[in-house]
Amino acid sequence: MKQVLDGNEAAATAAKLARVKVVSAYPITPQTTIVEKLAEFIANGELDAEYIKVESEHSALSACIGAAATDVRTFTATSSQGLMLMSEILFVASGLRLPIVMTNVNRSLSAPLSIWCDQQDSMAVRDSGWVQLYCENNQEILDTTLQAFRVAEELLLPVMVCFDGYILSHTAEPIEIPEQAEVDKFLPVYKFPNPLDPEKPVTMGPLGVPEYYEEFRYMLQEAMHASKEKLVEVDKEFKKRFGRYYGLIERYRSDDADVILLTMGSLSSSAKEVVDTYRKRGEKVGLVKVRSFRPFPVKELIGALGQAKAVAVLEKDISLGSAGGLFLDAAASFINVKPAPLMLNFICGLAGRDVSPLQIKEAVRAAAKAAETGKVRRAVRWLGLREKVVGLKV
Amino acid sequence: MIEIRFHGRGGQGVVTAARLLAEAAFLEGKHCQAFPFFGAERRGAPVVAFARIDDKSIRVRTQVYEPNHVVVLDPTVLETVNVVAGLKRGGLAVINAKKIPEELKNAKVALADATAIAVETLGVPITNTAMLGALAKATEVVSLDSVVKVIEKRFKGKLAEKNVAAAKAAHNRTVIK
Repeated sequence: MKQVLDGNEAAATAAKLARVKVVSAYPITPQTTIVEKLAEFIANGELDAEYIKVESEHSALSACIGAAATDVRTFTATSSQGLMLMSEILFVASGLRLPIVMTNVNRSLSAPLSIWCDQQDSMAVRDSGWVQLYCENNQEILDTTLQAFRVAEELLLPVMVCFDGYILSHTAEPIEIPEQAEVDKFLPVYKFPNPLDPEKPVTMGPLGVPEYYEEFRYMLQEAMHASKEKLVEVDKEFKKRFGRYYGLIERYRSDDADVILLTMGSLSSSAKEVVDTYRKRGEKVGLVKVRSFRPFPVKELIGALGQAKAVAVLEKDISLGSAGGLFLDAAASFINVKPAPLMLNFICGLAGRDVSPLQIKEAVRAAAKAAETGKVRRAVRWLGLREKVVGLKV
Repeated sequence: MIEIRFHGRGGQGVVTAARLLAEAAFLEGKHCQAFPFFGAERRGAPVVAFARIDDKSIRVRTQVYEPNHVVVLDPTVLETVNVVAGLKRGGLAVINAKKIPEELKNAKVALADATAIAVETLGVPITNTAMLGALAKATEVVSLDSVVKVIEKRFKGKLAEKNVAAAKAAHNRTVIK
């Protein structure tokens, strides 16, 4: 059945369809309406689950950890400062191999205070051992959230489903809602090996002495690598049942492109429109979208970008003192690989600043120039920056 | 593609107006998208929301810079906001006002006294459903029928009846200048 839902409603609907048993969360803009909706589903009997109210995000994720360890499907959602407050516990969840699914509605970080969208928050916790999937539209939010439970539970990895604050979270558009019976077939009842049980006591998270800690990290890394195949497998099964497939990356008119835009999240939609305008004029411009940022699709990107002359990586985050996170990983994918495209990084759309088609075209032009001359004068640039700050004493 | 921009103040139902318009278009078999742009969130601050309607699926996610029409729920925003900025040629400004405001004397305007209608029908000056009735009258974007249907879906019981009455009254009393 098709319905008009905003991104947050799509996420809450997916958690309901997954029949989560425990929701623990703390409200934060722009995520709040997800957990409000879930609280409503629980209160009116549409969802049989426990809603654990807490005093902070640190506690919210801690409660999820306890719940997941007792063998129940667990969900939470947060944004920005909330994710930062959770950061200590993020590593605990992945280290304990607990298959928690969390929505992160992407929002920028203080200071200055901002409630608007960028991807600095989830980028800041990319090393926490959580699978990170980024969504382009509301259908993808619903579908990815359902897939996330399968991947999480089959590999015992926590999964973070990320999507852009306001641009998706508060944007309503028609999406297909699958039937509960179909979702039940796709998502079997959750079963955690060795759950917490007073009848059969186990220890979780004991001291990781120097003789063993490294092996735990190695195994976690191996599980992250394995999640690539699992994501594809689950995606394919999802397609059989529901008719939609997303992939680790999406290649959009990029197979013969000289210049490729590399994007993540909702920016991909507007950038595809720009690609179409170039294609109409016969110019070989394409786009590749990264859906799975962790695990990072190295092999897939080498295949998708390798034949291009220049790649413009557009992203709403910055590793201060270095470059954008997507750019860094994309560039690292080509270490020891030849031929490799020239790469340029464009930081844009921070704190909800609208990324206009004109700005995207500016990135295409810069990349086309690099392709033509074979040179990149400045690898990291900012789009739409106010001229006033350029060259100021900082 | 038709793009509509809604202006008003926080608390007046601007965001809901855009959403209901999108849902009304969806009922008519169209593709749609509705989204707000919030300033620093506070009741009473100027708020903008957008709706896009098309026969094919909508991909663009930038704000709307060149709307086909604008809808103004609160005429006091005219003092600080240029509501017709980027308005396409032939585009209509559907305004909640008794007479054409000074700021819009060169624009194509549709007038509805939505505040009076909302107070009569709802008992509160929340003008979003009335202004959707006015938009349905002044343009071909959606029909009054579809507006009534989405109001009945969104609200329950008496509240739905009152909002339907507001939309219908505004539809009757909208004047295109």
